[in-house]
Amino acid sequence: MVVDQLKTKPSDAETDRLFHALADATRRDIVARVTAGEYSVSGLTALYAMSFAAVQKHVAVLERASLVTKEKRGREQIVRGNHEGLQKARHLLDQLEMIWRQRAGRIADILAEDDERDLP
Amino acid sequence: MTVVSVNKDVEALSFSIVTEFTADVKRVWRIWEDPRQLERWWGPPTWPATFETHEFTVGGKAAYYMTGPDGTKARGWWKFTAINAPDHLEFDDGFADEQGAPVDELGITHATVKLEPLDNRTRMTITSTFESEEQMQKMAEMGMEEGLREAIEQIDGLLTETANA
Repeated sequence: MVVDQLKTKPSDAETDRLFHALADATRRDIVARVTAGEYSVSGLTALYAMSFAAVQKHVAVLERASLVTKEKRGREQIVRGNHEGLQKARHLLDQLEMIWRQRAGRIADILAEDDERDLP
Repeated sequence: MTVVSVNKDVEALSFSIVTEFTADVKRVWRIWEDPRQLERWWGPPTWPATFETHEFTVGGKAAYYMTGPDGTKARGWWKFTAINAPDHLEFDDGFADEQGAPVDELGITHATVKLEPLDNRTRMTITSTFESEEQMQKMAEMGMEEGLREAIEQIDGLLTETANA
């Protein structure tokens, strides 16, 4: 039986890459967009007030953090959310964990309101 | 500390989380029993849940939707399969189409909720069991955007705190 305790953490280098990748508003926006549907690098460039080369650099940072994949199609470079990783059951479980941790936090907030009301 | 432990058992296609709250069992039960409380925590702030139906009896159904930042509605249904107030609840949880009809090909998750008293606190254990690995994969793809948005917001929040420190 494979029981995975939560203690398994990504390596520090992976965490650093992930945080660095997500520490920029443009990169966060790129990830959100390409997760919903694919974009070409030039398509992304049209969305932001920056050069093609600058967008390409952002995409490269995201690629190193395994948040997106990039693929050549003709003259275009197509960027997508990294679905491959997510196709593994383990990722769903990680996500469920995040969803339930957040739910538990919200439940604690609701219950804390009662305490506040009970105060004299 | 709210979350005590998490177990992810890939082979058994199950996930469980143990949480503890500073409230008695009867109070924690109400967060499931009362749809107005349930909708305050089931969906994330970016995808709040609205329960249109919540028949809290064995065999009863619940119907809800979650509204995304762009107004997209993601619908789901539950069927309560066991209710033993105030400490044991089980239900099937599935996706629904725009009309609220179950989407069978996306599969059903079975959820079990158990509450136990601990002094003046309550331990709540939730276990989700999936039908197949394929179902888990499909759910991963569907849940991805929501999960990602939430993660990004959290990181945004952290960064704002750091900037203001």
